[in-house]
Amino acid sequence: MADAGRHPKITLHTMSEVAGVSGYVGNFTVKIVKRSRFVDEKACTSCGECAKVCPVVFPDEFNMGLSSRKAVYIPFPQAVPSAYVINMNECMGRGCSKCLDVCDKKCIHFHMSDEEIQVKVGSIVVATGLDPYDPREMDEYGYTRFENVITSLELERLINAGGPTRGEIIRPKDRKHPQSIGFIQCVGSRSKRKGGQYCSNICCMNTVKNSLVLKEHDPDMEIMVFYTDIRAFGKGFEDLYSRSRSLGVQYVRGLPGSVEEMSDGSMRVAVENTATGRIEFHDLDMLVLSIGMKPSSSTRKIQEMLGLQLTSDGFFLEAHPKLQPVDAATRGIFYAGCAEGPKDIKESVTQGSAAAARAIRLMHRGMVTTEPITSEVIEEFCKSCGKCAEVCPYNAIAVDVKKKTPAVVNSAACAGCGTCAAECAFNAIVMNHFTDDQILSQVDTLLAQKAEEKILTFACNWCSYAGADFAGVSRLQYPANVRLIRTMCSGRVDEKFIWHAFENGAPVVLVSGCHIGDCHYIDANHWTEKRIARVRKKMEKKGIRPERLQLAWISAAEGVRFAGVMNEMEALRRTVTKEEIQETINLLKGKESHENSDA
Amino acid sequence: MRTSLIEKTDGENSARIGVYVCRCGLNIARTVDCEKVARNISGMENVLISKEITYACSEPGQMEIKDDIREHGLNRIVVASCSPRLHEPTFRRMMLQADLNSYMLEMANLREQCSWVHMQEPLDATAKAEDLVRMSVSRVHLLRPLYEETIPLIKKTLVIGGGVAGIQAALDLADNGYEVMLVEKSASIGGTMAQLDKTFPTMDCSI
Repeated sequence: MADAGRHPKITLHTMSEVAGVSGYVGNFTVKIVKRSRFVDEKACTSCGECAKVCPVVFPDEFNMGLSSRKAVYIPFPQAVPSAYVINMNECMGRGCSKCLDVCDKKCIHFHMSDEEIQVKVGSIVVATGLDPYDPREMDEYGYTRFENVITSLELERLINAGGPTRGEIIRPKDRKHPQSIGFIQCVGSRSKRKGGQYCSNICCMNTVKNSLVLKEHDPDMEIMVFYTDIRAFGKGFEDLYSRSRSLGVQYVRGLPGSVEEMSDGSMRVAVENTATGRIEFHDLDMLVLSIGMKPSSSTRKIQEMLGLQLTSDGFFLEAHPKLQPVDAATRGIFYAGCAEGPKDIKESVTQGSAAAARAIRLMHRGMVTTEPITSEVIEEFCKSCGKCAEVCPYNAIAVDVKKKTPAVVNSAACAGCGTCAAECAFNAIVMNHFTDDQILSQVDTLLAQKAEEKILTFACNWCSYAGADFAGVSRLQYPANVRLIRTMCSGRVDEKFIWHAFENGAPVVLVSGCHIGDCHYIDANHWTEKRIARVRKKMEKKGIRPERLQLAWISAAEGVRFAGVMNEMEALRRTVTKEEIQETINLLKGKESHENSDA
Repeated sequence: MRTSLIEKTDGENSARIGVYVCRCGLNIARTVDCEKVARNISGMENVLISKEITYACSEPGQMEIKDDIREHGLNRIVVASCSPRLHEPTFRRMMLQADLNSYMLEMANLREQCSWVHMQEPLDATAKAEDLVRMSVSRVHLLRPLYEETIPLIKKTLVIGGGVAGIQAALDLADNGYEVMLVEKSASIGGTMAQLDKTFPTMDCSI
């Protein structure tokens, strides 16, 4: 920690959050908002005189509210940077200003304001960590009702020599030393009802570790652990678990059904011991809930800003689960630590190093090659209407609508979603590698034989196509008449592709992409949504059943959903008769002008 | 390996297409009749070679394709194997090694989106596989060579989050000479780790 604080190559911004990211691999522009600390962090020597005179007392978050701190405080003694901070929502302000008077260094400034910093970087490591599971929703263990039921993180502070009790273990209600402690495992983990369905990875070993620490404090303490499975899979883990058992820690297989408070403040636990099949009652002085991990609350914001994908558990999704475990699907972005999934310290450190190595691998040449999958304007067709510039999520297209000069694409800024090509009413934009003729040739070939039996699905590369791959990896079975056409973004799916498909006998068409808010191209899928609504309205007007065109948002992690949507599409396809298809063909073949009626 | 190798004379169109239907061991071949697919595709316009191959991505597999490219002057390749999300970079590199533009390649996804999801319907899966390869052949006709652009890169990294993982990434980058900006939302770095007393499995302190 201290190394990171004083490293000449590391600029540390605490109390700061990323507010916006633009650009692309090798050239990201990042906006950071640095909230005011109200203390000059470079001048502060953390002498602590300010806190001594501060009259405002609040619970100390670092100690999980088990001790108190002032409105001016240092988060914990070893904090980096080693500087105090004022919580202005708590401070009495100018009316008090006692801290100002005692600070010799004059480093307290009430007028300090938030700063906005802009930096350019070549790569980004997302290490946003975790939030501990909040057990208040799981009240059967009495966390909100009984003082002597605490969380594992609260216990960490209680047994810490630097904690509120200087490491002396006491129970909150009467401050008595507990003779017996029970641990309840899987709180917020491996549950379909509350918390996450996943295993949080660390709680078993954390409890084993705490049982040893407690035995060290007090060898006579009775310790019971209520568990579903003890997962001691890592290097050195089994050894630690054996030691805990040999010291007399009792492991009971079964999670308690109920917890009651007795008159002496102890907890009566009713549990079915699934090893013996008997209901047991245990009176314990104190209970510790071994809480799991949740994705950090900032995950959604970062995900939207960077156009990343999440697993169904809400953690970040890696580009490949085995071969690219620290890469995001977006080039130049890497994951480290619990942001990607629950893990312990060793694994977090390993992944931090791996992320650094992957970033260095990308950056060391000082150059980056960009994919040539970008759009190009055919100047003689361009009418300078400005539509392409309006829909481009990257502001990569410049058009002077007044001067009527043709649109210009900045290929370095273009990310290749193809929304401009899809929205251009004059066929004046070519989306390289996903051109109209290339995609239409796939549609034609797909519908060349037995068109009435086929389910044509457009799938975006990042979410829906990846979701289909995930269905495959999971061996989820769905109807074999599904045919996918890959585009980089659902925003590429031009109206004319859809009309062309119906005109050539497609019974149904599905356009699929990332969920709104998850689009890999910022918000290009908003245009998909608008376009599909527009086409369906036109279908209705023409007398074609609009439900034959479907839109579905399927994420890369939703293999089950992908298979489900395919089954629904098959059910829908069965409702479309040959006569209906022929009627549509006749209708559309009769009116050739629809292609240019986009706008 | 069973092959159906059909040579053709160069027609008016300059496209010379090679199609490789990968068995992926048995991952694809258990469900899809790869030999039949390769045989049926061989009749398509400008397809000079259409054959099944055991592992297209393996060294011998790539070598075989590269040899064919040289021997038959192929200029467009269809690899019908797994998801392009997995091996498109592999085959793009192979194209470059064979002095072809790496964008003259098209992949048909016969594994994740065919053999693995229609395991009980080998006939329908084979028909689908053939359709997918036909679509790829149609598309490969129309592909145009594209060239990657090399642009300068900023040798600087943003690390979001100052927990143990972020700190480690920042230190490794910085020790290698890269500028790092470490952004942490709270008043100190350290994250959840800093709150822990001892840590498993070695029982040492967290800070």
